[in-house]
Amino acid sequence: MRYLPLAEADRQAMLRAIGATSVEDLFVDVPESARLPGKVEGLADHATEMAVERQLGALARQNLVAGEVPFFLGCGAYKHHIPSSVDHLIQRGEFLTSYTPYQPEIAQGTLQALFEFQTQVARLYGCDVANASMYDGSTACWEAIVMARRITKRGKAILSAGLHPHYVSVAQTMARFTGDRLDVALPELTAGAPGDDMERLLAGIDGDTSAVVVQYPNILGHVTDLSELAEQAHAAGALLIAVVTEPVALGLVRSPGEMGADIVVGEGQAIGVGLNFGGPYVGLFACKEKFVRQMPGRLCGETVDADGNRGFVLTLSTREQHIRREKATSNICTNSGLCALAFSIHMTLLGEKGLRQLAELNHAKAVAAADRLAHVPGVELVSGAFFNEFTLRLPSEARPVVRAMADRGVLGGVSLGRLYPGVDALANGLVVAVTETVTNEDVEALARALEECLMEGAGA
Amino acid sequence: MTKNPSGWRPDLGAADSEGARTGTFTGNRALMLEEPLIFEMEEGGGTGVDFAEVPGVESRLAGLERNRPIGIPGLSEPQTVRHYTRLSRQNYAIDLGLFPLGSCTMKHNPRLNEKVARMPGFADIHPLQPADTVQGALALIEMLGGWLVTLTGMHSVAMSPKAGAHGELCGLLAMRAALEARGDAREVILVPESAHGTNPATAAFAGYRVESIPANERGRVDLDALTARLGPDVAGVMITNPNTCGLFEPDMLAISEAVHAAGGLVYCDGANFNAIVGRVRPGDLGIDAMHINLHKTFSTPHGGGGPGSGPVVFSEALTPFAPLPFVERLGNHFALVEEEHVVGRAPRGPAVSGGHGDPMLAGQHHGSSFGRMTAFHGQMGMFTRAMAYILSHGADGLRQVSGDAVLNANYILRQLEDVLDAPFAASGPCMHEALFSDKGFQGGLTTLDLAKGLIDEGYHPMTMYFPLVVHGSMLVEPTETESKAALDQFIGALRSVAERAKAGDQSLKAAPVHAPRRRLDETLAARKPVLVYREPEQAQAAE
Repeated sequence: MRYLPLAEADRQAMLRAIGATSVEDLFVDVPESARLPGKVEGLADHATEMAVERQLGALARQNLVAGEVPFFLGCGAYKHHIPSSVDHLIQRGEFLTSYTPYQPEIAQGTLQALFEFQTQVARLYGCDVANASMYDGSTACWEAIVMARRITKRGKAILSAGLHPHYVSVAQTMARFTGDRLDVALPELTAGAPGDDMERLLAGIDGDTSAVVVQYPNILGHVTDLSELAEQAHAAGALLIAVVTEPVALGLVRSPGEMGADIVVGEGQAIGVGLNFGGPYVGLFACKEKFVRQMPGRLCGETVDADGNRGFVLTLSTREQHIRREKATSNICTNSGLCALAFSIHMTLLGEKGLRQLAELNHAKAVAAADRLAHVPGVELVSGAFFNEFTLRLPSEARPVVRAMADRGVLGGVSLGRLYPGVDALANGLVVAVTETVTNEDVEALARALEECLMEGAGA
Repeated sequence: MTKNPSGWRPDLGAADSEGARTGTFTGNRALMLEEPLIFEMEEGGGTGVDFAEVPGVESRLAGLERNRPIGIPGLSEPQTVRHYTRLSRQNYAIDLGLFPLGSCTMKHNPRLNEKVARMPGFADIHPLQPADTVQGALALIEMLGGWLVTLTGMHSVAMSPKAGAHGELCGLLAMRAALEARGDAREVILVPESAHGTNPATAAFAGYRVESIPANERGRVDLDALTARLGPDVAGVMITNPNTCGLFEPDMLAISEAVHAAGGLVYCDGANFNAIVGRVRPGDLGIDAMHINLHKTFSTPHGGGGPGSGPVVFSEALTPFAPLPFVERLGNHFALVEEEHVVGRAPRGPAVSGGHGDPMLAGQHHGSSFGRMTAFHGQMGMFTRAMAYILSHGADGLRQVSGDAVLNANYILRQLEDVLDAPFAASGPCMHEALFSDKGFQGGLTTLDLAKGLIDEGYHPMTMYFPLVVHGSMLVEPTETESKAALDQFIGALRSVAERAKAGDQSLKAAPVHAPRRRLDETLAARKPVLVYREPEQAQAAE
């Protein structure tokens, strides 16, 4: 058993030292009726490394790999090229196999990297401070809503129709049990501004409102200025929570913090982490400095050691569950440390210059692709202002078209039928993401597949 | 603070206090290398990524273009590799040595798992791809779920929770949904005082009021106190078993029966499942829901604080209330059932069609799901690693895992109980971790001092000051992936430091002296929080 170093002779010597005759003696506290006499039945025995690799490799080969086909999916998870050094560095055992840095003298590597990560996130989002990560964007979003309730002592949050429907669902799940009130709406395929419900949001703010939650760019790719929303929210004593699911966008567009957002949360997956079929990802969480003591999650802070040398520690932990227990700001313990490190390394490689170039490349390719796809007969470009993701309206239901395109080896986007099942007004919507990984040939392949599938009546 | 173009800071080595780090020009000590922050390294806008030329198009950003810099420095690839490699060397890790953090299960992380997780068929697929294009991924999730159900003897499993605390939340929400479904609005969750902080925090997060249940003198839940508190307002209990004192709760069946008799439900914190995997099935103990930390028992790496993964196994009674989404096997085809909440409409049950084998994933019969608790469908990258680990061990190997983990902990307990106070040692064997206290330390020395002394011996310390039910507690969890020689050396080191603490050796107060940093001023960090880097001029202005 290659992962178990004890030899049988060791076990016998240790049992003698303990004064037990067998390992079973050590389980005397378990009620006899619950002690299995042998291994669990119905399961396979141990396997060689080669056999396991073959077995799981066979499953891996049954999947259509994003990097091997024309690929246009987004809606909260994006395919970007990750420099080789990122994965190499996060696989260093000192990062990979270390624990939460509770003993700072021997965890300065993790702690300094977290301090750099927090600074990168805060600057990217245009906020004063950021934490050391959350599970993902959707859970960070709910935590932000709860934090706004604590700060404002109000119980109603207004969620934009442009917020990712999974994020809305997570909030609805939790609100059902916590008693928070959520004002939600479905997005509309408004020409030039899909999913934009600024008027509804502005009209909905009242004295009970804890926060307005708006995604930027929104689930349909639309970008809009948040400044007025921030002003109106603040005037009513409410907070503006901005949600960013595509952080690369912030290389090119103004940050939510600059536009007045009080709390900015989001998904960091696009930078450094990869698709991974939905997880693990990394939740980013930043806010204004005055709210720092209401933040969830771990925070890394600078200090000095006994010699006066700079060092880093986890700090303000009286907010956290291991100190404050039921009065903690959140129940989160394990976060997304290694994904945060991957994000930070990729961001360090990019730097301001690289991030901007990456964002420009994404935008330019997306604009060109949008214009090309709008020429497919029957297809209408709904989006006006967008970054690297836009919405098309097909002449028929998009979900079967997406499946038919997949049969031709083209992963052509996310149908709104997948995200909003049963909503007829959205069923023809197709959200297409175009990143730097997309080639002109890929766009042509998508245009061709779309045209063919529509002609064959896949969506009819 | 001075800075020069190449990045090193001469003042780092200038400290002249007692035990000053070094007299070297650089501040380095041979392989112990100081490293500045990325924000201090480059003046200009460097980058480590090359891009193709940007084609000229007309912007569609509606005038939202950034109009001021972000302030994110960039480094070339060699600089980046060196920066993070240098940082990595300031970390302790399992790869370097025994990491006896009680309750954290820091076991070896097999590299096969890393290889499997990086197979493009798992790592490079999008969560919203059509189900037909991800059949292998769905099959893997179903396979892992099946192992977890069988190993725990439970009825179903929810795979989407992101970590242990998220799993606790999943379990409690299912319990609450089940109680509400029978029109029973109970408000209180009972939590033993020895519980992880996440338990009471989770109960509060789920909208419950938390009440504490005391431990008895044997380090177990006080059954009488628990039974006395049960009543129509108690929704359930959260019990960690094996518990945080490293002991099995022998009254578990009686606890479950009492809670059920009073109309409540039993949540088990499965953080310590490593002690019993392959030998004891929680389903045989009357448990209704339990999370499993894949990053503990099933060796997915802790990564300096995450990511984790916290699948939750359910009893038959709770299965209908499990979260969305879930994988369903329909003959040879795997479906992802993710439809329930449609924004702006009343929730409806997922469409489920029959015809599936067992073991099952949660929800195969559930029309009463409490809903979605995360975007997409769980920690695939952790599932692949855990699956590789589980297949490598098999049913026989997993039984050996818990046996060796418990043997190693008992060996440590008995080898050290003469020098360190072991408050529950007389009550019998421990499970996978040994609990000691600071009783008998002299000269004002504490658990903290002993821990820092262990750092100088080349070890990560044990868990300190937890559980709260023992003064100055030290919780030592060696795991099964240590050799006897490694255990013997650790025991020798711990004995040596413990003897110093009992002798009142004041030099321990200065420990560690050989680590990259000496003791850090945590009070200062909390009193004047510096959570992000500020340019020296900004930092001055802020003061």
